[in-house]
Amino acid sequence: MPELAADVGTLASTWGVLPAALVVAAVGVLLGVLVSAADRAVVTGQGVRAGVEPLRSGMQLLLEQRRRTLAPDRLLWRVGGAAVPVVALLSMAVVPLAGRTLWSTSADLVWFNAMEALLWAAVWLMGWGPNAVHSLTGGYRFLAQGLAYELPLMFSLITVGVAAGSLRSTDVVAAQDGLWFVVTMPVAFVVFVGGAAAFAFWGPFAAPTGADIAGGVTSELSGLDRLLLLAGRAVFLGATAAMAAALFLGGDAGPWLPGPVWHLLKTVAVVAGLVWGGRRLPLLRPDRVVELAWVVLVPLTLLQALVVAVLAVSGFYA
Amino acid sequence: MTGEVVLQIVLTVAAGLVGVGLYGALSQQSIVMIMMGLELVLNGVLLAGGAAWFLITPELPDAQMLVVVTLVVMAVEMAMGFAVTIAIYRSRQVDMVDMATELKG
Amino acid sequence: MTELSSIEVTALIALGALAVVFGAAVFIVDSMARATFALLASFLAIAGALLVLDLVYLAVVTALMMTIEMAVMAVFMIMFMMNPAGLMPMSMVHNKRGSVLAGATVFAVLVTGIWMVDWPTRRGLVPEDPTRQLGEAIMGSHMLVMLVIGIALFGTILAGTVLATSRGRYDRFGPDLKAPRPDDPVRGGVGR
Repeated sequence: MPELAADVGTLASTWGVLPAALVVAAVGVLLGVLVSAADRAVVTGQGVRAGVEPLRSGMQLLLEQRRRTLAPDRLLWRVGGAAVPVVALLSMAVVPLAGRTLWSTSADLVWFNAMEALLWAAVWLMGWGPNAVHSLTGGYRFLAQGLAYELPLMFSLITVGVAAGSLRSTDVVAAQDGLWFVVTMPVAFVVFVGGAAAFAFWGPFAAPTGADIAGGVTSELSGLDRLLLLAGRAVFLGATAAMAAALFLGGDAGPWLPGPVWHLLKTVAVVAGLVWGGRRLPLLRPDRVVELAWVVLVPLTLLQALVVAVLAVSGFYA
Repeated sequence: MTGEVVLQIVLTVAAGLVGVGLYGALSQQSIVMIMMGLELVLNGVLLAGGAAWFLITPELPDAQMLVVVTLVVMAVEMAMGFAVTIAIYRSRQVDMVDMATELKG
Repeated sequence: MTELSSIEVTALIALGALAVVFGAAVFIVDSMARATFALLASFLAIAGALLVLDLVYLAVVTALMMTIEMAVMAVFMIMFMMNPAGLMPMSMVHNKRGSVLAGATVFAVLVTGIWMVDWPTRRGLVPEDPTRQLGEAIMGSHMLVMLVIGIALFGTILAGTVLATSRGRYDRFGPDLKAPRPDDPVRGGVGR
């Protein structure tokens, strides 16, 4: 089993594995509700009522009847549907909450990346399952988009690891004692947040669920399946916003207010940026995203990694 | 109970993966399915390498390096396999080894 | 940390057995999509086993790489196989008896060896941070391995692209390579 961080300790070691896991999962779900509510607020301009809306539509989806299609691959469909929220919650395991993670491994950043990669399989399965053309097209679009965003996203995570000298997320937060990482690695920060939008098929990267293919991956989903996919996506967006706040914005560092409040405020800021920007930018076609990512973003993130590596060698982050 | 028996049981499981993978690689006709058989063989090597590191020489990084090399071999095998499949299919609409026999002596 | 508890031993063996079962399922199920994801399940089980063995980094890297590989694999399976969804079961094997024999023989030989060999006793303890151990080996004592891996991967990228692409520069820029913009079937996003 992953060894515990010697100095900090984990949530699991303080509260016991099961209570800590439940708390972290609850925080993940709350972050998902936050994302959905922010989205409602941006779209409709509602105030408090936007906060109730995700719960109401979630209940409605729970009661809704399941759509049936001809000759579906039911096993894979269900596996994919269950995997989306599970993977989203598993990614929460390495997001620091109040300075500690659910469990601490020596490869937290890679863990986060692996959970996001598992989403490739899950979303493709959701597209494959119902045996429908638009749905499968959406699944393929997601894979094409995945090939585009994956490398820049990995490089931005590597940049963070280089600066912190560790892949452990609590170490990354501790390394930003003097200066937030976003100051020296703005490109990595933007790519990370953009990558979050891309793997959650959000905003300009929503082609896998595009209106031109009748909703794509979501076109044949109703009831519980739809709830699992949309809720999983919202949780993943919330978890990534919290991760971005921890990796680039100093986590819970800040004056006067207690640490967790600062972390929450930064997370809310990232969520607001994601939702507000995502709703205002036009849809990008996956083939265009691929060329942009490989010809522009990969060299840019490599350059960013080089700058950070030189800074790290010269003792800037020590 | 980190005795020798654990190592042998885990290695036996790894050998099972190698056996199943070899069967698949030899019996399948499609190039893509053959690649899946080879991947299963390498999957067994991953397990064996990890077990050897933990249960024999945790002090040395060599067994970890073996796992890394195995992962790279998997990636190379996969990339070249896909490339060859595309090349053969493009020239002759064939994706089965039985029909790709230019190099047969 | 240095010894496996009995729960961990059970988990290790169960995950290994699961990997074998899913591995066998790859060649049993009719649907190519299911075969691909059975293989992914086998890889994830081995990643879990590596996690039990304290190799966190290698475990998550295995899960990461194999998930992406299998997602791409699924595309190829459906592109090339005649029976992607298993709705029309058909046999796609040759020399089944010989293959079973070869697989079983190799397994038997390996198992005999495994249980006959006098394995060395365990030397040393699991380090504080296995990931650091690996990283220092890659950048230190085993750097040559990493250099060779890097060159091999670079060669793979070049060879794979050459084999897979059908359009060369003459298709894109015309017979005298003078076209100002390449003639591509799908225009990219940079506006070239």
